Amino acid sequence: MAEVWMSPRMQRITGGKDKVRVAGATVRQIVNNLEKEFPGMKEELCEDDDIDPGIAVVIDGETSNLGMIERVNEDSEIHFIPAMAGGSV
Amino acid sequence: MLDYKPNIVLSNKEFKVVGTRPIRHDGWDKVTGRARYANDVNLPGMLVGKILRSPHAHAIIKKIDYSKALKLPGVQAVVTADDLPNLSAKLVDQEEGSLANIGFRSRNILAREKVLYIGHAIAAVAATSQHIAEEALSLIEVEYEVLTPVITTKDAMKADAPILHELLVSRSSASGPGGWGEEPAEKATNIANHFEFKLGDVDEGFKGADLIVEREFHTKRVHQGYIEPHAATASWGTDGYVTIWTSTQQLFGVREDAAKLLGLPTSKVKIIPMEIGGGFGGKGTSYLPPVVAMLSKKTGKPVKIAMGRAEVFAATGPTSSADIKVKIGVNKEGRITAAEAHLIYEAGAFPGSSVGGGARCMFAPYDIPNGYIEAFDVLCNTPKVAAYRAPGAPMAAYAAEQVIDELCQKLAMDPLEFRLLNAPHEGSRQVTGPVFAKIGYDETLKAAREHAHYSSPLGGPNRGRGVATGFWGNGSGPASAIVNVNSDGTVSLIEGAPDIGGSRAAMAMQVAEALGLASEDIRPSVGDTDSIGFSTGAGGSSVTQKVGAACYLAAQDVKQQMIERAAKIWDIPVEEVEFEDGVLQNKSDQELRFTFKDLAARLNATGGPISGRANLNPGGAGAAFAINIVDVEVDPETGKVEILRFTAVQDVGKAIHPSYVEGQIQGAAVQGIGWALNEEYYYSDKGQMMNASFLDYRMPVSLDLPMIDTVLVEVANPGHPYGVRGVGEVSLVPTMGAIANAIQHATGVRMTSMPMSPGRIMEESWKSEANKVNGGS
Repeated sequence: MAEVWMSPRMQRITGGKDKVRVAGATVRQIVNNLEKEFPGMKEELCEDDDIDPGIAVVIDGETSNLGMIERVNEDSEIHFIPAMAGGSV
Repeated sequence: MLDYKPNIVLSNKEFKVVGTRPIRHDGWDKVTGRARYANDVNLPGMLVGKILRSPHAHAIIKKIDYSKALKLPGVQAVVTADDLPNLSAKLVDQEEGSLANIGFRSRNILAREKVLYIGHAIAAVAATSQHIAEEALSLIEVEYEVLTPVITTKDAMKADAPILHELLVSRSSASGPGGWGEEPAEKATNIANHFEFKLGDVDEGFKGADLIVEREFHTKRVHQGYIEPHAATASWGTDGYVTIWTSTQQLFGVREDAAKLLGLPTSKVKIIPMEIGGGFGGKGTSYLPPVVAMLSKKTGKPVKIAMGRAEVFAATGPTSSADIKVKIGVNKEGRITAAEAHLIYEAGAFPGSSVGGGARCMFAPYDIPNGYIEAFDVLCNTPKVAAYRAPGAPMAAYAAEQVIDELCQKLAMDPLEFRLLNAPHEGSRQVTGPVFAKIGYDETLKAAREHAHYSSPLGGPNRGRGVATGFWGNGSGPASAIVNVNSDGTVSLIEGAPDIGGSRAAMAMQVAEALGLASEDIRPSVGDTDSIGFSTGAGGSSVTQKVGAACYLAAQDVKQQMIERAAKIWDIPVEEVEFEDGVLQNKSDQELRFTFKDLAARLNATGGPISGRANLNPGGAGAAFAINIVDVEVDPETGKVEILRFTAVQDVGKAIHPSYVEGQIQGAAVQGIGWALNEEYYYSDKGQMMNASFLDYRMPVSLDLPMIDTVLVEVANPGHPYGVRGVGEVSLVPTMGAIANAIQHATGVRMTSMPMSPGRIMEESWKSEANKVNGGS
């Protein structure tokens, strides 16, 4: 199962767990399974049914451009971190 | 005499066209003055627009009366926020996947309920001449309820601070755009966002340290300083379609913005990008297109608005001011045991500073087992900040790299050896969590260490040498390219991202390499939004990587079609045709061959024209590191800093056109020198910028600068066919830290505030002297 690293904010939802093993072949499945185990996680990471645009999904060291539909390997390491961007207005 | 080798390229792989230095395709028009920029647009019957701007930093707009302005002969229309759709700024109303709060964006372009900074646009006039438009502005009567402004983040974070947005929802998870809630918050705040990164156990890490250095740093807001002010022209057709000519880094982004702000479907807006006279991130944001479009709709005529320099300074987005606290611990061997940082960045009038970039980059050049970073995005009554070259990273590096330098001094370690000892490699974990993919930091550090500059004598008193490193993750994104084969054997290339740094030449060279043609055989151009598929813009140092990948694939598409055509002519299977170096060869018969040009001439008669296209979202940006070595001399009487020698060493992946990569690096160094030594916004306590001209806002000129020497280290990025990494932004990240370290080595004074102007250096020197006299360290 993929390993999801929890940001300090996400750790408030996981009760302090900093890493969680989650089943799923896509980011969407990972997020949905996280939500089942830790209710509130989807709201933390998503806007409607897509990843919050302010959040970058980093899988095995590479920032994903595909968000929820990105494929995830069995041994992948996944991070949800602030997107590296400038002013937005 | 210096041991002078100005530009060095350390290549691992050579190509036929990629890596050479042909003349850029757009160069002729630019050096002969024929290139057309946004303010060069002139259409029949065109009107001139001007914008009324707020004289108050914080006020409620009670009433706007422009009836007198409309009566002035020559005035044809006035628009205010009431002419635009009233877009919600509430979080719940933001469109799925939106990168910006469209309600905030609308309110920044034309103020609605409140003005939030001096210079905030309130109304726009279209008239038959500039003078009439300016006179009309003076006839618009605005009734304000003036409120107390808050100009600094320090004041804005106080419990009793004036509140900019009573409905603001303070976020704590990401650097997204934020928004309003349904009701005023129980405790209103100007903190738009607060988030953290944590790795390992930072307290334990510091307990294991033999030496800890902790310091606070302060930087001022500075402007990108692009030479061409913002300008836009719109023509609203009788068919309901609107065409906008403008200077932008994001033509498709401007289209989507304009459509949303005007309440139109995206397909009804066409953006024609003009040549761009510099952007550096600041032209990723659009201020004028929706305004000129609405003026055009009201008047039925084309309308142009061109900002003046004072407007650019006072009303467009510079980068944030920043307050940064850094603490780093090391053991006796020089290994970092823990690092901690607290960053407070000024967002300006609406949420969304670049603090995320600062937080993600500042410790990236070090393999740190235990780390903690806390970041705040804070609202002030100042213009909304915009992206500026590696947004957020340079000021964070200024802080972190000085603490590293102080640790090296206390450990008596060579600063590059210290960095080599603590350098991350592929698979190393960052404080922000993810591991690094393939990076070339080690190679870059070694190239810096082995450069003649690093071991050369300083050659005089009051001189110092500083080094610093910088990181930028680089970006990628959706991109499109079309390659059309002409009958004379040349190729027309249309790309979807604007050319702000010589990218047309780089795109043409990638197509030429793939097709076995010369760079001169390719004619590149940037398409408008109706002629090319969607592409994200010129930002995140992404264009040469993402659009380059599209150009490569579009060329492969052409190649395949040419192979199929040759097979058809020779009546053989396609597998029997070989394409190499621009020649199609029948593998079974050496006598049967076409050059690319031969076959191009026969296309129409053998099945029709050939075009290749590619639309993709490639990912694999390829992170980059840069190192600066800087020698300075500081006048002990005046505090003036002279840059004596400057060497920039950078992992560029593969330099498609080395001259333009060197130009990017040299340009970044010059911006960094200005940021380090001179530039800052001076604000009055009322929020008025006091130096809104190039005379008073002192940017460096050639007389202030030495030659900027470069070393291009090529560690190929596996995410691009030729190994490209973005080069335009990381080059600015280390510069201010390197200069600060050089000043410290020259004077013994650690400068913790930018700019490090003569006055500040003298003040710090006097404080240091007084401290010594009083027995301090």
